[in-house]
Amino acid sequence: MNAIIDYIQSYLRTKDVTPGGDGNIFWATVYILLVFVGLSVAVIAMNWLERKILAHMQVRLGPMRVGPHGLLQPIADAIKLLLKEDIIPAEADALVFWVAPFIVVLAAFTVFVVVPFGPEHAITDMNIGILFMLGVSSLSVLGIVTAGWASNSHYPLIGALRSSAQMVSYEVAMGLAVVSAIMMTSLGEKGGTLSMIGIVESQYQQQEWFLFKFFPLGVIAFGIFAIAMVAETNRAPFDLPEAESELTAGFHTEYSGFRWSLFFLAEYSAMIAVSSIAVTLWLGGWLRPFPNALSGPTWELAFSLVPGLAFVFLAAMCFYNTARMPKHPLFRIQTMGLAGFGALLGLIGIVLFLPGVRERVQDVFWFAAKVAAFMYLYIWYRGTFPRYRFDQLMRVGWKVLLPIGLGLLICTGLWVMRVEVWHEVIVPAWLGCIGLLRRIF
Amino acid sequence: MIDPKTVSPLDLDTPDKTFLDANELVINMGPQHPATHGVLRVILRLDGEKVMGLECVIGYLHRGVEKIAENRTYTMFNPYVDRMDYVAAVSNGLGYCEAIEKLLSVEAPPRAQYIRVILTELNRMASHQLWLGTHALDIGAITPLFYTFRDREEILKIFEKYCGARLTTHAFRIGGLQYEVYDGFEKDVRSFVKFVKPKIDEYEELLTTNRIWLERTKGVGVISGKDCIALGVTGPVLRASGVQWDLRKAQPYANYKNFEFDIPTGKNGDTYDRYLVRMAEMRQSLRIIEQAVEGIPEGPVMAKVPKVMKPPVGEVYHSIEAPKGELGYFVVSDGSTQPYRVRVRPPSFVNLQALDLMCRDQLVADVIAVIGTLDIVLGEVDR
Repeated sequence: MNAIIDYIQSYLRTKDVTPGGDGNIFWATVYILLVFVGLSVAVIAMNWLERKILAHMQVRLGPMRVGPHGLLQPIADAIKLLLKEDIIPAEADALVFWVAPFIVVLAAFTVFVVVPFGPEHAITDMNIGILFMLGVSSLSVLGIVTAGWASNSHYPLIGALRSSAQMVSYEVAMGLAVVSAIMMTSLGEKGGTLSMIGIVESQYQQQEWFLFKFFPLGVIAFGIFAIAMVAETNRAPFDLPEAESELTAGFHTEYSGFRWSLFFLAEYSAMIAVSSIAVTLWLGGWLRPFPNALSGPTWELAFSLVPGLAFVFLAAMCFYNTARMPKHPLFRIQTMGLAGFGALLGLIGIVLFLPGVRERVQDVFWFAAKVAAFMYLYIWYRGTFPRYRFDQLMRVGWKVLLPIGLGLLICTGLWVMRVEVWHEVIVPAWLGCIGLLRRIF
Repeated sequence: MIDPKTVSPLDLDTPDKTFLDANELVINMGPQHPATHGVLRVILRLDGEKVMGLECVIGYLHRGVEKIAENRTYTMFNPYVDRMDYVAAVSNGLGYCEAIEKLLSVEAPPRAQYIRVILTELNRMASHQLWLGTHALDIGAITPLFYTFRDREEILKIFEKYCGARLTTHAFRIGGLQYEVYDGFEKDVRSFVKFVKPKIDEYEELLTTNRIWLERTKGVGVISGKDCIALGVTGPVLRASGVQWDLRKAQPYANYKNFEFDIPTGKNGDTYDRYLVRMAEMRQSLRIIEQAVEGIPEGPVMAKVPKVMKPPVGEVYHSIEAPKGELGYFVVSDGSTQPYRVRVRPPSFVNLQALDLMCRDQLVADVIAVIGTLDIVLGEVDR
């Protein structure tokens, strides 16, 4: 017991206990629990936000009845799903049917083992972090295929086939984009790295997000990844596996109740996971805006206040809406609930202002804010785009993204090498191109 | 323009493969399926995702409307026709009332004619808006549905103010209208036209140049004008295939000959052209409404018709341009108070025939798009 207390104190005193370090099992466990809880809360929040944002895009209000502004709707839905009858179709392969959702959830959650929420905030720091992430996240296709197969029904089967083809083909383009980002890390002080924390640190050392590096190569790579990740998570406009109008619900047509909610959970945590990859590789991970240009104690202080200010702003919005609630006795509980929610947000904001807390938490805040921006994009896509057809989806994957990704890889490679071997590669390459062009014309 | 006389009947036999070949996947789409617009059942024969053929099974919404007519008086049957194409109930009512008026040799007074045109065109607008929303929803764009429903609401409000019903309006009576329009009807209609014009641009902004929308609709469900005529397909589907055929111009009924409007036509006969044709038709409807609301004459709204209608022995066929195509009523009178036979020629039923032809060699996703673009209402298909 004493050892644990000493260990905690040693962590609080010094900053040399980093993820992945020796004897870090205790903190890894704590972080696993934190990530699990945080992810569940994020999925619940995402559920509510998606409904509300989509509703407001579609000139309607969204959930308004369960709790103030429908805040308790996700919880009500969760209870409903848990209480629902759990149906396993008579013709289904019961064991596989039973296992499939767990594979999907497992894959979606395991990815977070290497996600760096801050330089010290991660479950572990693997030296092959990004590979691990890509590998594990693609395991979820296994669960989807088994779900579709085990249902022993036509629509789920087609949904599962579509899904597997889609995920496999988009992973290729995704991988190429990722490799180009990893090439960029080799220009950092420590050289090339696959570690998620190393990638972010490399961006800090190179004083540039990889999004803007080698303009326009970084932007193109990010674009490819941003498209592929939507396809990878089966979201609109690539939501063919669960295309409601064609396949009713795709691979999870036969699922109900808790099992269905596991697919739901997995979908949303997979969305968060791929967004984390994008944020880590191209948007500087946990780094606050302009960590190099606006450095110095004053800027440090100013930026460390932002998380608290953000929560206080949300609290103020809550109080503003509390004041706008109808003054009818029937709305008393709702008004009080909204005020309470605002008070909670305000309290979190005040806690985030405390010195000691704010230095430790601001990394996580910036990471979460960037991921949240991606989540908003996901919702926005869903509100805007029609659905691709299957052959068009494949065409985009293989005929558009893959060639661009390959060209990008070559260009990035040449650009990275330019630093050392300008004369040997780039100049002859250009001369060769000019010679070829003169030959043709 | 294709001369209908030169068109020979289509040969639509299924290919000479066994129905249950080992490589085929037979999928039963419907009758409970989110995208079949009600209770249409489509048996799809798939090679992978490619459609090798399909068969429509209908009748899940059969209520025997035509048989009911034989046991009701001419007046009593009037509300039943609203239940066929329930999203364009006013058009159904217009067709029926005009058919019976033809049988009775009466004509609705001019004021009633104008109001009929306004309400029918408003209903065409509402029907097309509903079509656009659901069609876009089928293709995966969920937002246009809410936009169109928001604006359709304004039309339904006008209907509700006029006759108390929003959907199955029973707006017209044989011989004219039962009610004079309410105070401020013209103002409501004018402000609606002003309100909805920019909204149509809004729908188009979301879809017309959307890359995914173009890819999903261009070249999908192509049908030539000849095939349309051979199959009896009418309405926007026919016009999108390049045939300029609109009963409002071809056989003017009501007082459509008093109004200026164009017949929008397409070229390729694909889903995108049908989308454009219907969008243009919405604008033309507004044009007609604008002209009609300016020119409403004073006078009675009901012609002199006997309380107990006993049309002379005989038969009549009258057809109008409903939002979905040619809606025809064939009424046989035996001189009694009840029709001897009423046969309805519903546009949805006839247009549905083309589904097989349009879906051949396309993908499953296109079947959904084609069902949407045919704009069928199962209440009308099954009657």
